[in-house]
Parts: sequence; structure tokens; C-alpha cells
Amino acid sequence: MPFKTSPSPFLYAPTDTSAIMRQVLYALVPGLVIYVYFFGWGVVINVLIASLTALSSEALVLWLRNRPLRPSLSDGSALVTAWLLAAALSPFVPWWMTMLGTAFAIIVVKQLYGGLGYNPFNPAIAGYAMLLISFPADMGKWPALTSQPGMLDSLSIIFNGHPLTVPTLDALSGATLLDTVKNSLKQSYTIQEIQQHPLFGYMGAKSVEVINGVFLLGGLWLLYKRVISWHIPVAVMGSLFLISTFFFVWDSGIYPSPLYHLVSGGVILGAFFIATDPVTAATSNQGRLIYGAGIGILVYIIRTWGGYPDGIAFAVLLMNITAPMIDYYTQPRVFGYPK
Amino acid sequence: MRLWQFHGGVHLDGHKELSSQVPIAQANLPKFLIFPLLQHIGEPTEPIVHVGDKVLKGQIVAHCFGSDCSLMISAPIHASSSGTVVAIELRPVPHPSQLTAICIVIETDGQDVWTELNAIPDYTSLSPAAVREHIAHAGIVGLGGAGFPSHVKLRPQDIDTLVINGAECEPYITCDDRLMQECPQDILEGAQILRHTLGGTKRCIIAVEDNKPSAFQALSQVAQSTSVEVVKVPTLYPTGGERQLIKVLTGKEVGRAQFPASIGVVVHNVETTRAVFRAVTQGRPLVSRVVTVTGNGVDCPQNLEVLLGTPMREVLAQCGRKSDIEQLIMGGGMMGYALPRDDLPMIKTTNCLIASGPGELRVPPPLLPCIRCNACAQVCPIHLLPQQLYWHCKAKDFKRAQAYHLFDCIDCGCCAYVCPSHIPLVSYYRYAKAEIRASEREHKKAEQAQQRHEFRLFRVEREKKERAERHKQRAKGVDSG
Repeated sequence: MPFKTSPSPFLYAPTDTSAIMRQVLYALVPGLVIYVYFFGWGVVINVLIASLTALSSEALVLWLRNRPLRPSLSDGSALVTAWLLAAALSPFVPWWMTMLGTAFAIIVVKQLYGGLGYNPFNPAIAGYAMLLISFPADMGKWPALTSQPGMLDSLSIIFNGHPLTVPTLDALSGATLLDTVKNSLKQSYTIQEIQQHPLFGYMGAKSVEVINGVFLLGGLWLLYKRVISWHIPVAVMGSLFLISTFFFVWDSGIYPSPLYHLVSGGVILGAFFIATDPVTAATSNQGRLIYGAGIGILVYIIRTWGGYPDGIAFAVLLMNITAPMIDYYTQPRVFGYPK
Repeated sequence: MRLWQFHGGVHLDGHKELSSQVPIAQANLPKFLIFPLLQHIGEPTEPIVHVGDKVLKGQIVAHCFGSDCSLMISAPIHASSSGTVVAIELRPVPHPSQLTAICIVIETDGQDVWTELNAIPDYTSLSPAAVREHIAHAGIVGLGGAGFPSHVKLRPQDIDTLVINGAECEPYITCDDRLMQECPQDILEGAQILRHTLGGTKRCIIAVEDNKPSAFQALSQVAQSTSVEVVKVPTLYPTGGERQLIKVLTGKEVGRAQFPASIGVVVHNVETTRAVFRAVTQGRPLVSRVVTVTGNGVDCPQNLEVLLGTPMREVLAQCGRKSDIEQLIMGGGMMGYALPRDDLPMIKTTNCLIASGPGELRVPPPLLPCIRCNACAQVCPIHLLPQQLYWHCKAKDFKRAQAYHLFDCIDCGCCAYVCPSHIPLVSYYRYAKAEIRASEREHKKAEQAQQRHEFRLFRVEREKKERAERHKQRAKGVDSG
């Protein structure tokens, strides 16, 4: 009786790429819940729109490429892209924009390059950047912190472009703190004066700093679960902290504090959830530190001297390009070779 | 004693408790014994018996052709019981490529009569070279699984540390564990003999992974009043790899291009050491070894002292073979290989047989794309970049794969073990290595053909010239004559 033969090893660790993707999704949940608490139901609607779009776009391309649908759809990677993009979008963006961004992320950024594992750019952040460049006005419209739109208002804003219970969308929305600070600095206000603005919370924007704090908890859980390693988040936040401290100490009148930089905008979401995307990041520990540090520094440069209020999307994309080169130059010393 | 760490490695579920609780038992004498002519790394042997010959246990039936085995990288093969040679023919042998090879088949007579044995009562009175030759003639090879002829690693060349490898890091295998528990004195004496053979090493370390406390205890007890150090090393696969163990014990790295001897270290396995003890003090050549027979495919997993040449089927039957064996693996769960059939003989390198029951060895879930998570690089004990190697091997860019040190890979399987996308990484590397070796052989052949061709052209030209010269001479002769 012949036995089944297969190559060694015959033992496998109980790890699974789909499980890793699922854990990333779980880690996003608390942040999204707090998001709803402060900004209303828009984000949930965006998550749903993005998820459906991501899965159907992925299915479409797989069908066109004559690939089996099931393994790719069930690996969870499309959902991760969808959720991350939705988490980065304002709850006020119209439905088609979420769809467009997600479809672009999945079809162009991910599948046209060969699908999971082959894409040089992080799909979620590339989709976000595409929207940011194409529709800056809509992308910059965020809920004012004074009142949260209800479920019906959120639905109406996303699908009709205006709320139900209040006359205009403008009554509900306002600029983000990053925007406000940038514009006020242009008008020669000092940081100390800007800090009197009602948007300011403890360290950064009210509510946003809390949302980011909860995203941080999700990221720490991923670290604890060893889904991600500490190198990239620490390097992103560490380098941003150092460079902002340097300028803050230099002139605290025109350069905001390092803590403000860390808790504002998308740095935490970016550092823990997006920059750590293994497909598009550097792989060695040393390489990850360089990669993360590059992102932190670019965020600061774009925020401080660039045209956009936040820089995380472009910082990640720019460092995505460098990942293969970083990998090439940070190869470890092989066992038995001279030091 | 200070210990070092190598990069990576994985903590594995050892599955050792299956077979580690019962003492080593004697395997039954089978009706037929099968001896493949190549059971080690190096030169194959040639049969020196004929069909119909009567042989005794311990008698050499095959050795190196035209030379003394002790001068070659080779080891003679001994009959493991008395009987009659009934065939010298092609038989399937245990090999990852499921090869057939020439085997000597002996029908046993049930008497198990030894040939005259040549014991050395006091090895210290002999020169290291003489002891070494004795070990070579006993047919001893590395019994940890590699099968490198032991005498080659016993040349006295400024060796200051002898390491006896009792790490046994592979899952499922417990033969060394049991042997260390049951025969610590033999191992200790064997180590002293090896030291003498190496010209007297300054240090001798017996290394045992800390998941084998009883073995450690037993060895420590017998080594108390000697200069042999028994050292506990942390349990981490693949600590039992020769070069990994050297790193752990000495902090020194022996690369692919070097031999451990070049830094003054020699490593021998514990069972090899016991075989040396038996060969020297009892004159007993290598005719049997301890084999772990384990897995859920047998009722009584245990360690058996098996006569070499015994068909695996007999050993499985003795351990209570179940009807639903799924896979039969020779070696451990990480580096062993699956055998298609059970009528293959146990050879010198058979340290373990895993007969897996249904669902015991996890069938890898469907393949997913590599997400470059780098888990493979984190566990690679050689500090390679397995995922880069994978891309290049998959793309058949073998030059690039070699630039990424493909040939430093030791096939340990850590990368494939941790891969969350279940990519059979090691298979890709084996494939690439085989392809590269084959193309190098082709290249060499083509080069030789080219040389032959060029030489032929040269010779034809030369002969033409010579002929012309002769004609000229003759013409001159005719002229002058």
C-alpha cells in the first residue's frame, strides 16, 4: 500500500494570512466605535459602502483574470483596504467618492499589479491620496465638533449631499484643526494664540485626539498579538516626535508641539495600520526603522511646509517606493560570513 | 558556562512524550535483511560477498572499491545477523527521490552468530591513528541523521573542543534521549575514546536540550569526576544542527565554506559516540542502532534497537501498526522525508520513523500569496531572506537566488513552518539548488566536450604537419639518394 508523500516540513505553525487580516479588522473596531460616538453614523455607512465596493471590485477583476474567487475574497485583504480607507475619510464624503476611492484602490493599485502581495503601494492610502488630490474641497469637509449628525442626517448627507434636519451641510461642518492651524499660521498668528481656538483639546484636536487614542489601543493590541512588529510604528512616531521637538524648541511660536503632531490627523492610524502593511513596507527590522523614520519626517515636512494640512498619505506612498531599495541595502549578515 | 544564541529558530511542539516514556527494546530478528551499498555521505561501497555465501553477524559484506575505507570518505557495511546472501540486486531504498539501488539481501538463519570480534582492551595504548582506523573499519557514520563517515571527522588537526551532540531538537525523535538516560556511561567512555582519537582535546562538552532533564541528570552523574562538561542548552529548533550548536556553545560561526575543525571544534552525535564505544571496547561494528518508532499510526510508540537492514514493515508490526497509517516519515517532523512504501530497509541514518495517523500531520491549508510579512526571515537560523529567495527561485532567477546565499540554506524548514500563507518555501529552495547543480554539471560537460574538440583539432593539425614534415624528409632522402 503506497503512502501519501509530501515534502518536509510536516509541521506548521497555526498561523494564517486570513487570520492576520481578520485581526487587523478587529483592531480597527474600537476606533471606529469611538468615531461614531463623536462624528455620527457616517463612518459606518462609509465602511459598508467601501466593503461592498472592495469585494465586488475584487470579484470583478478576479473574474476577468480567470482566477478562483473564493480564496482571494475570503483572505480578508480587500476588507482591510476598505475599512482603512473608510476610517480615513470624512463621514460627510458623498457615497460615490467612497466607491471611487475603494474601486481605484482595489482595481488599479492592487489587482492591476497582480493582487495581494504584488502591489508596490498600499491600496487604501493610494485610494485616499487619489481622492485627496481630485476632490480637495469635499475631502476637507469634516463635522464640526459642536453637534453630531444622527443616522438619518448621515444617510442623507452621504446620498443626497445635504442633511435632513438642518438646512445646510455647512451648518454641521467645519475645518479640521490641522487646517485651522495651518491657515492661522499663514495669517501670522502664533501657536499660543491659535491654542485658544475652541477646536483645541488637551494636545490636539478635541475628539480627534480621543479617536486616535483608541486607534492607538487597537494598534497596541496588534503589537501584543505580534501581527505587527514595533519597528515601524515606533520609527514613524519617534522620528516625527524628534523632528517636531527640534523645531518646537527652536521657535515654539510658529512650530506646534510634538504632542500636537502625534495625536493630530492620521499619524496613529497610519503608523500602526497603514505603514505596517507588510506588502508595501521594508521587511528587515533595520529596514523597517529607516522606512518608518522616513514616513515620520515626511509627515512633518508636508504638514509644515507643504500644501496639504496632513501628510501621512503622501509620506507613506513616497516611502512605499523606497521599500525595495531599503531592503536591498539592509540585508542581514548571513551566518558564518565575516562581520 | 556562558551560552550564545543563533538568530531565529522556532519553538516546536516536540511530540516526544509519545515515545520517550518506555525503555529501549530489542527489535525482532527479521527473515530478510537488506543492505543498500550507500548508507552514508561519500563514496559508495562494493559488495565483497556473492549470492549463496554464508555470512556471520558483524562480517563486512561491502566496502570501498580498491582502497581502504579509512582513507576515503566512506564506510564499510557489515552483515547485521548471520545467514545466507540470497540476492544482490536493485531494490527500493529510503531516499527522498524514491530511488532504487543495488542492495545485498541476506536471509537470516535465526542463529545470530557473531563473527570473531576484535576488541581493544586498552585503547590508550594505541595511537590515535590506529584507533581511528579501527573506527573506520567498524562502519561508523554520523547517526544523528546526516551519515557523514565519522572517522573523517576524527583526524587530529589542532582540535581543542569535542562536542557530543545530544540536543535532539527535531520533533518526535527520542532515540538519543533514551540512549542518554539508559547508557550514559557508554556515551561518556565513547567521548573519552573520541578525545584520544583527536589527539586529546582540551575540552569535551556534552550538550543536551533542556527539555530532556532525565538525560541531563544521568549524564551529569556519570561525568561528575571527569573533565567532561555536560551542558544544558535552551530548547530551540534547530539547536541540534552542528553549526548552530557550535554557535550556542562557543559563540563562533562556522560558515558553509568552512569545516568546524577549522576553528578547532568537532561535533559527534551521542549515538555515534556510543557506537564508537562499542566498536573499540567490544570490537562490535555498527550492525544496529536505536530507532524511534512513533506517531499515531502505531499502538505502542517506542524506541527499538534495530538491526540495520531490517525492513520497516517488521518494525512497524512490532510496534502495533494500525491499518490507517497516512504517511510514513523517515527522520523528524521538520527535516525528514516521506516514504511511499514500508518494505524499505532501515539504514544507518534511520533515526526515526513517524507513522502518522489520520489528521496527525496537518495538511497545509490552501496556498495564499506571500504578503512579505517577513516571519520567515525572523526565524531563519542562517539569517537569510527566505522571501527574497522565494521570489527569485519562483522566477527561476537562480543567479539572484545564489547572490542571496541560496546555498547557505540548511533546509531546516523554519521558514515554511511559520509562513502564514503556507508556501512550501523549502521545496522551492531544493528545486533551485537541484537545478543549479544540474546546470553546473551540464556546463562542465560542455566545457570538457569543448576541450576535447579543441584538442582533437590541434592533434589533427599536428599530425598533418608531422606528415608533411615526413613527406618532405622522405622527398629530401630520395633526392639525395
